[in-house]
Amino acid sequence: MRLKSTLENYLFILPAVTIFIIFYLIPFIWVFKLGMYEWDGIMPTKVFVGLGNFKEIFLEDKIWWQSMTQAGYITLIALTFQNVLAFLLALSCDREIRMKNFYRLMFFIPPVLSEVVVGLVWQWILDGNYGLLNHWLGQLGLGHLSRSWLSDPRTALTCVAIVHSWKGFGWGFLIFLAGLQTIPRELYEAARIDGANAWHSFKKITLPLMAPVAVLVGILTVLGTMQAFILIIAMTDGGPAYHTQVPVLRILASMRGSSRFGYACAQGITFGAILMAVSFIQYRLSNKMRSTYN
Amino acid sequence: MFKVRKSFGLTQLLFIGFLISLAGCSRQPAVNPQEKATITVWHWMTDREPALQELARRYEEKSGVKVNFELYAPSDAYAQKVRTAAQGGSLPDIFSILGEKVDFASFIKAGYILDLTPYMEENNGEWKNEFFAKALAVNEFSPSNKYGVNAGFYGVPIDIMTIKMLYNKDLFRKLGLNPDMPPVTFTEFLEIGRKAKQAQIQGLVSGWGEAWMIGCLANNYAFNIMGETKVLATIRGEVPYTDPDWIKVLGLFKEMQDSGLLASGVVTMVNKTAEQLFANGRAVFAFNGSWCVNVYKAMNPNLEYAAMLPPAASDKFPVSIWGGAGSSFMVNAKSEKKEEAVKFLKWLTDLDQQAYLAQMTSNLPANKYALSKVSAILGQLAGDMERATHPNIWDISESPRVLEIFNKGIQSIIIGEKTPEQVAEETQRMKEKEMARKSG
Repeated sequence: MRLKSTLENYLFILPAVTIFIIFYLIPFIWVFKLGMYEWDGIMPTKVFVGLGNFKEIFLEDKIWWQSMTQAGYITLIALTFQNVLAFLLALSCDREIRMKNFYRLMFFIPPVLSEVVVGLVWQWILDGNYGLLNHWLGQLGLGHLSRSWLSDPRTALTCVAIVHSWKGFGWGFLIFLAGLQTIPRELYEAARIDGANAWHSFKKITLPLMAPVAVLVGILTVLGTMQAFILIIAMTDGGPAYHTQVPVLRILASMRGSSRFGYACAQGITFGAILMAVSFIQYRLSNKMRSTYN
Repeated sequence: MFKVRKSFGLTQLLFIGFLISLAGCSRQPAVNPQEKATITVWHWMTDREPALQELARRYEEKSGVKVNFELYAPSDAYAQKVRTAAQGGSLPDIFSILGEKVDFASFIKAGYILDLTPYMEENNGEWKNEFFAKALAVNEFSPSNKYGVNAGFYGVPIDIMTIKMLYNKDLFRKLGLNPDMPPVTFTEFLEIGRKAKQAQIQGLVSGWGEAWMIGCLANNYAFNIMGETKVLATIRGEVPYTDPDWIKVLGLFKEMQDSGLLASGVVTMVNKTAEQLFANGRAVFAFNGSWCVNVYKAMNPNLEYAAMLPPAASDKFPVSIWGGAGSSFMVNAKSEKKEEAVKFLKWLTDLDQQAYLAQMTSNLPANKYALSKVSAILGQLAGDMERATHPNIWDISESPRVLEIFNKGIQSIIIGEKTPEQVAEETQRMKEKEMARKSG
């Protein structure tokens, strides 16, 4: 009877496990296996190269690591500029202000727009010849600052990072706002009665209670930003030269440009491992922060 | 307990349903004899879709065979779909290979593409002789090819393209230049660039954000400076990219940038933006393909422009133009309807159908006899076909990674980040690495 019950239990989870195995585990193993082959994606035959592709990524592919660094820079901007902006706007909208629902709607518009459309619109704004930004700079008497923002290697990556942050801050805003609304108002009232000013309430109530939310937003930001590429394709296609290349663009270049499917799979596995490591570190840090606040 | 049993039953049902759905993913679909009169064609050419549908209707009317054109755009997604279908054994009767010739060769070697040589050669090469030689060469593997493919014709060209320099006649007049005398030498070209800059007009626009178009112009000048033999010797690894001739080719881009000929932001410019700038009379020159005729017509029907050869940087060898390649269709070697598919392609490339396609889509026809029925500007773009070259015509191809380093390197030269010598060295290093990888 007990055995039957156990079997029944396993049978319940069998569909989910089967789906997981077929659509996640097997493809993962398959991609890892392909990462050890030299294969053009067409021929039925593949040449086994062992860990050769991984060795090439780690020791020889400078552009890959340049793209990782650049994705890291965009992520850093997103973690700071984007999330601070999202948090401040969420704080503003959490108060009793006029038209707060309108602001909530406005702040959530950029994330729902198509990345290609956003990329093309910003490309037009930042265009060196007829762009709005240069036009405004000229109107403000700052014409000497005008440049071809996306073609200049000194500004291209930062422009991409800022546009990415503009496009993505709405998600953080929404999660921060939801987090802020879970904080009991009584805590603020009690603090006020005890003589705490706004800064003290913010420091002693809001920040500690929002820490887990900030960690969640941080993890989502890192994962989302490191994998961003559609916006970059639309704005610069990774140029000028390699100045806005990111890892996903390199994987695409290996797969479609060079027809090196095996190498692209190895890049995908390496990238996935790096993202997992970063997420793990963030998770450990969040646990540490939580225990500190507790 | 009842609830558990109910859930158990539901779980079983779900699982059985799941297994049935997996069983439905079998490779070989059942063949219905009634479907034999239908040919399926996969293509990616959004602009040609209405014309192709009309031709399909005409063909069905004439032969009773239904041709089902299925559009999968954009081209990147199409290329991926064809690869996936090849792996899954579900290619249609007719399809296209988008990519390098090495990919084309892989499809042939894997047995996915029918050798069309017997059909091309029958009746003293009647079908073969209808095409521009360069258009056919893109689909041909010669006996000396380095791809390991049996010699023969493996594709049918539908239309062709050329990439040339275009100039705006109105802006020429504004700059005090004769609109019927475009620049012939590189020095004259740079001089016009200087004049345009002084007049605050953009010089040359092109979609160089998509790096292959830079490589295309570089290749034109490589042929002009060192000739085809030396270019191909470089690809074979017999001449290094650090050769002075290659440095001279790379140096031309620095000269173009220094003279002010290149439009601001050209290194990240997509072709659509370049086309808008040229169509709206904001740039004197455009480096663009023959597909542009349709685009400019839609953007500005009054645009007065003409095509010219890239101005020569040397008098040693003629300047080449990128051309010959275009859209081609291949027949699935494993299709049960391959004979019908070949018959349809023969009909599609006949004079009448080619003329109709050219008139409806403003693309250059692959059938040379249909050229008399195209517009004057298309005629200009089709001119100098004897100078046309394309990597897919050659018996050997450069590694895509080498090309990437070379093309991106030119972008670096234009933004003043690297010198031609540095780019030549980096390209050569990648070349050596790729040669070692292929030999190892």
